[in-house]
Amino acid sequence: MFNGLVLGALLALISSGLTIIYGTLGVLNLAHGAMFMIGGYAGYVAYQLSGSFLVAIAAGAIFMMFVGIVMERLIIRHFYSRPHEDQILVTFGLGIVYVETIRFFFGSLSKSVPAPSWATGITNLGFMIYPTYRLAVIGIVAIALLVLYLLLYRTKLGMIVRAGIEDAVMVGSLGINVYRVFMIVFGIGAMAAGFAGIVNVPVAPITPDIGEAILVEAFVVVVIGGVGSFPGAVLGGLIAGEILSITAMFDPSLSQAMLFAVMTLVLMLRPHGLLGSQGRS
Amino acid sequence: MTVFDKPRTRRAFLQAGSVLAGGALLPSGLILPAFAAEHPALGTYPAGSSGDSVFVGISVPRTGTYAASGEDLIKGYVLAIEHLNAGHDLMHKISPNLKKGVLGKTVKYGIADSQAKPNTAVQALSKFISENKAVMMTGSVSSAEAVANNKLAQREKVIYLPGISGSNDTTGKDCVRYSFRECFYAETAAKAIAPVLIKNIGKNKKIAFLTPDYTYGHTVRQSMEEHLKAGGWTVATNQVSPLGTTDFSSYLLNVANSGADVVININFGRDAVLSIKQAKDFGIIGKMTLVVPYNTPFLAKEVGADIMAGVFAATDYWWTLEEKFPLAKMFNDAFRGKYKSNPEWGANAAYMQVAMWADAVERAKTFYPPEVIKAYEAGYKVQSTVGEVWFRGADHQLVRPVIVTRGKKPADMKGPDDYYDVVDVVPGEGLMQAPDAFGCKLGDYT
Repeated sequence: MFNGLVLGALLALISSGLTIIYGTLGVLNLAHGAMFMIGGYAGYVAYQLSGSFLVAIAAGAIFMMFVGIVMERLIIRHFYSRPHEDQILVTFGLGIVYVETIRFFFGSLSKSVPAPSWATGITNLGFMIYPTYRLAVIGIVAIALLVLYLLLYRTKLGMIVRAGIEDAVMVGSLGINVYRVFMIVFGIGAMAAGFAGIVNVPVAPITPDIGEAILVEAFVVVVIGGVGSFPGAVLGGLIAGEILSITAMFDPSLSQAMLFAVMTLVLMLRPHGLLGSQGRS
Repeated sequence: MTVFDKPRTRRAFLQAGSVLAGGALLPSGLILPAFAAEHPALGTYPAGSSGDSVFVGISVPRTGTYAASGEDLIKGYVLAIEHLNAGHDLMHKISPNLKKGVLGKTVKYGIADSQAKPNTAVQALSKFISENKAVMMTGSVSSAEAVANNKLAQREKVIYLPGISGSNDTTGKDCVRYSFRECFYAETAAKAIAPVLIKNIGKNKKIAFLTPDYTYGHTVRQSMEEHLKAGGWTVATNQVSPLGTTDFSSYLLNVANSGADVVININFGRDAVLSIKQAKDFGIIGKMTLVVPYNTPFLAKEVGADIMAGVFAATDYWWTLEEKFPLAKMFNDAFRGKYKSNPEWGANAAYMQVAMWADAVERAKTFYPPEVIKAYEAGYKVQSTVGEVWFRGADHQLVRPVIVTRGKKPADMKGPDDYYDVVDVVPGEGLMQAPDAFGCKLGDYT
């Protein structure tokens, strides 16, 4: 149960980036796994240079936001009005380019960043012993999700973003530059992926293709929680984490299958996901 | 005398004829009376060897969990092919039969990414057969792909040489006439390392296995369990995880609660790196003794010497064997000269596979596969980087030593790559099961 919370927290953070981008821009971002991976590598480089975990986290997040903004300006914005298939193809292609670029520079051997000194070691929780850093991850992710929530629901920017989802033309006619907002949203979504990427490195050393498996799980989380719904991504992430860890207690080999079985069940009973709305028109 | 020794005019005729007829007729396995010089057409013969060069198809994982080992294998293959084409001295030292090229022909190659998936590997190799008329196919890091490639080789009648494959099945129940394995495997690894473990760790220990869920993992687990019984070791838990797992926490929690004394980690590639690092995070390493029965290339480099210090592992090759074997020194020097790093055991296995194939072809004096296979099966001894080795005709497994290593403490390392002490080089003969013990039936030559 408890282990699922940790797994779920990370999944929630990755999926929230994915769902914000889809919910706002309508772009299904298949490069999200690769962006998660790049965040990890950016953090790794920063750690090598600075020796500080905090610098690594900041670097992973900020660098990925920068990459996200450039990517949106140069490529993604030309695809807003194109069909979903085109968006899927272009983001899928970008993902491959990212993975191979990283592989070219860093090779296939895994890279690692140690957990910060205040979070190394093992904590005895009474009922079980658990790595301290994994406990810290819950806190780090909770703070990150809170910041995202405040940004989206308690600021003017967030209001414009949510209004843009409802009716981009109307927002535009109010004199607000919607495309500028979209760029910022893509940057924030990318930053969430990059942040999750570097936070995950002390748990699982990075290799260029580590994002692939994560992308699949993140999509499942988004579908369970409701496509485009931020609270849905958080709930979906926690549910997916619990499914994976509880199934693993009985038969680890079934845990992935169980995840997809639950996704199928959710799709049958609530086609828009647990917290999803009737979808965009 | 072979077709290649015949006068120029006849050779030119054969070449032209095979180009005309090759594509359409040969794959169907029809015998072509016009070319029935010495051998009937079979597989890619004679189309693949009628020109000045022959083609070798390499398929290894370049992406995914086993990518690092795949890249190491490629380095070994490329170096070996370069050495063959240049008539390098090391090739001549391995076998005096080896000269420049193979039967005087230049060796060309192509590389494909198998992703360690059997179907992808088989597709890639099939393409090398149909489009490049490959005379030999090689490469694998997962035994699942090696076994699938074995079946392809037998069906298409093209020789296949696994790269890394640790399952008993590869030269056991899934052995084929057309495949030959160089590297050590579950049974020899277990039989070599078990006495060392019992002697150093003690008797009557409880084991927690971390096992990848496919033929390699299961056979290593079986062989280890079998050979550790001699010391009264019993199994406390066996945690089976799918290939490519990134989070081992669920399995490790089960291990932590199992009451085991020793963790035997069979995972390979990135799975090994992640599971060992996470086992450290969970406080399992330190409380339980880690053992790696089938060592992953670059493991110590990736998880760190501090974690691997004192850990016993069985492996195929380790670069410091150059102190003991002159050919290892030659190989390492050539490898370092080209790649500026030390070879891992995959690179060595790849190099030796290519060299021993060329040796078998030279002795057969033809690329006609059944003759090459018979040359392999003759048990001819060649000099390898780990001493004298030969193929066992009955199951096509190389008789070669297993290297038992122990991780050095960081303070004892003499250089950045000096991760292991070589504890023992255990001769292969005594380690191998009877050829039919794992159900090997080789199948037909034609």
